[in-house]
Parts: sequence; structure tokens; C-alpha cells
Amino acid sequence: MTTNPKKNNSGPISVKNADERLPIKISEKSGVIFNRCYHCRSCTNGCPFLKAMDYYPNEVIRLLQLGQTEEVLNCSTIWTCVGCNTCSYVCPMAIDIPALMDSLRQSAIAEGIISEPDVLNFHNEVLDSIERHGRTHKLEIMLRYKVKTRDWFGDLDVGLKMMAKRKLDLSPSRVTDLKRIRRLFSQNRMEQRHE
Amino acid sequence: MNNAIPATLSYFPGCSLATTARENNSSLVAFCRTQGIELIELEDWSCCGSSSAHSINRDMACSLAERNLSLAPPDRPLLVACPSCMLRLSQAQLHLKTDAEAAGRYERMWGKAPNRSLEIIHFFELLEHMDLERAAGFSGEGLRNMRIVPYYGCMLSRPPEMRREKNYHGLMEKVLTSLGADVVQWAYSNRCCGTFLSVVRPDVVTPMVNEIMDGAISAGADCMVTACAMCHMNLEIRCNLQQKVPIFHFSEILSLAVGAKVQNGWFSRHLIDPRPLLRKKQMIA
Ligand code: SF4
Ligand code: SF4
Repeated sequence: MTTNPKKNNSGPISVKNADERLPIKISEKSGVIFNRCYHCRSCTNGCPFLKAMDYYPNEVIRLLQLGQTEEVLNCSTIWTCVGCNTCSYVCPMAIDIPALMDSLRQSAIAEGIISEPDVLNFHNEVLDSIERHGRTHKLEIMLRYKVKTRDWFGDLDVGLKMMAKRKLDLSPSRVTDLKRIRRLFSQNRMEQRHE
Repeated sequence: MNNAIPATLSYFPGCSLATTARENNSSLVAFCRTQGIELIELEDWSCCGSSSAHSINRDMACSLAERNLSLAPPDRPLLVACPSCMLRLSQAQLHLKTDAEAAGRYERMWGKAPNRSLEIIHFFELLEHMDLERAAGFSGEGLRNMRIVPYYGCMLSRPPEMRREKNYHGLMEKVLTSLGADVVQWAYSNRCCGTFLSVVRPDVVTPMVNEIMDGAISAGADCMVTACAMCHMNLEIRCNLQQKVPIFHFSEILSLAVGAKVQNGWFSRHLIDPRPLLRKKQMIA
């Protein structure tokens, strides 16, 4: 299994050049007040995906407390987090960690910092599929994702098994009022350009 | 839901149940029918936004969830089958109730005020309301001799703003036991299935899923029961152990147990074929 080595595992975290601006923005967007976190690590202890994270969930918060925004926007954790709420459900300070990860991920996208492009490719394919059909079309999402990642043969066996069991439909389940769905997406693009 | 279950409910199946997990959909409808509950599919429903919308585009996540809320008829609760759609739709509804800005945005978008009294309920809520001693088909102990581990995945976890809402811990255990099943406690009932990482990082998800399956086997389970179609799929496609136990959708095993009209087409769609087990237990011919 490939794991992501910690970026700063050889020494203390640098606290030089603390950035005040982005943490404030992230705090506003996610509703998370970083200084509430006292690093009890309940979140980290329960997170099932630590092996694929370079910083643990509470360490992401630590970096924000220290204003190390570049490090945060570049970390893999904000992409690996699946938003399962296992952490936020047990956090004694009621910190919404998935909401924080969402805001960080969206800021990273806005800055063009994509440390796990495959994750973004996948999410984009899902949203594109919703824009096209109003619902997700799994076969199409998988095929287009494969094109983007150029990983043609990984998972071929799984795909074939799913086809054999008729789990992957050739044609999508569709919404009738597609005009409305597409308008939602185009309005959103306009709003994002104005931000 | 405070009152008795109405005889008719609006129903939001969601993308998984409409496609990859059709057997989940049809067994859920079949089970509800045995209990005298009619489900009317929400007309022209669209995707709830899934994990991807809130992951990369917060405004789209709101719009996609809200479109479905705007379609819901006002006079009956909206039943949601998929735990993840349930979270998306009920969180959107919570924001419409508590955040004036969100409500204003909704009004501009959909040309009407949000229906703040719309009740959104998960399938579990129905079961919780049922009188299991009197409910149709429950007296027959239809699951006698079946050793089951219930798997909730992350469905019982919620964001902090919703943490004071009702919990359903132990609900599957209660219902399955009342049907005569031998329900086993085990360590993995709340372990996340990996969701979209199953596609993007199978190298991370396979060992996790194998650990869950191993846990079920060492608990001596005949089968696993899950209430989420995505968990069902991830467990099935990512487990690469030699030895596996079948995984049922909760709605399938309920339908089997209470004598609903079971279709063989449900089980032939499973990647881990449950039919040998069901024949051994004389639950299908
Ligand atoms: S559980 Fe909450 S308080 Fe504890 S380390 Fe995690 S975020 Fe901080
Ligand atoms: S929500 Fe993210 S950080 Fe929290 S437990 Fe799940 S994957 Fe880990």
C-alpha cells in the first residue's frame, strides 16, 4: 500500500511567516473556530483513512492555528477526507471537521493547488454527470474517470463483474426537467466568476 | 416523526437505488407494502448532490438538495432510503429552517418560501415507529437460525449541528432479533466503507474492507446486513478475500423474513451470491 509520507516528519513544524488572512476566511466559510481545538486527538484516533493522509485531521487544525496556510492547502488530507463524520461526531468541542476540509479543498481549488488530482477528477466527473442527466450515471463516470487518469486496466475485473451482474446500466436514469438542472449549473458558474 | 406512520409517503430513492442497487429499491417498496405503507416516488427527483457536490462546490450542493425539497408535496413526509441522501437533504432542510439567508436564497431560486414543516424521514424511522410484536409478518421468526452482523458504516454519524437529533444505534439489532435472528456484536459495525476512495484509492480501501469482512467471519456470522447501498457496493467490489460471507440490504432481509414478495432478481445481482446460504437456511427454494 502506498502511504503519503508526512511533509514535516523530520523536524518541528515551521511557524515562520504566519498567514492571518486565509485562516479567517476558512473559519468564516466553515463556521469552525480553530482555537476551540485542544488536540485531544479523538478525531484522529477514529479516522479510518490516516494511512492515506500526510497530516492527521487534528494536525490540519494545528497548522491553521499557526497560520501555515501554504502547508495546509498543499496537504493530501484535505483530499483524502471522505466526510464520513466519524471524527466530528465524537469531537468534544463539536468541531465540524468535514466542513472544514470542504472549505479548505475549495480554497485549494480556487488557488489551483491540487495535490490529489485523481480525487478532483472523480468529483468533477460526478458533477458533470449530474449536469448532463440530473442524476449520476455510474458507468459514464467510471469510463470518463479512467480516460482522465489513463488507468485503463486497473479495475477492469471489477467493472466486468458489475456489468455481468447488470449493476452498471448502459443508459442513465434521467431527470425530465433537465433545463432547470443545467440552469442551476450555469448560474453557479456565473456566480463563481464574480467571486 | 411524532405521530403514527401515514399510509402514504413521498419517496426519494436516490441514484444508487435507482440504478446499481435496484434490488435495494424494490425490496424496500415490497417490505413497505407488507406493512400497508405506500411509497409515491418524488416526481422528477434529481441527485441529492452526493459526496462530490459538497466536496468541491458548496453552492451546488445546496441547490441540488433544495431542488428535491422544492418538489416534495406538502401534505406528507418524505421518506429517504439512502443514508447519505438523507444527510444531504435533511442538512439542507435544517439550514432552510435556521438560516434566513439560506431561506431567502431558496425563495429567489424556487419562487416560493421553503416548506419548513416538511418532515424528512429515514427508513429507520418507520421501523422505529412500528409495533414489532404486532407488525405484519413479524410473529413468524423468519430469520431463525441466521447469524447476522449488522453493519451501519458511517450512517449513524452526523455533523455537530445535528448531533442532538435522534439516534438509531441498535435499531437493526432490535428489528433483526425480533425476527428471530441471532445478532452478533462485533467491532466493525460503524467503520466507514471508504465511499469514493473505493474508486480513487482502491489500494487504501481494499485492506479496510477486508478487515471488515474478516471481522464478520471471526464473529461467526452467516451474513452481513447493511442499510446503505454504497456500503453494500464497496464491501462487495473491494473485498478480495478468498472466504466471504454474503451481504444483504436491510430491506432484502426484512422482505425475506416477513414473507414479502421476494424476487429472485434481487439476489442474482449480488457480487457475493447469497443464494447458497438462503437455500441452506431454507429461505428460498
Ligand atoms: S476531536 Fe475536536 S478537539 Fe479533539 S483534536 Fe479533534 S478537532 Fe480538536
Ligand atoms: S470525516 Fe474525514 S477526517 Fe473525519 S474521520 Fe472521516 S475521513 Fe477522517
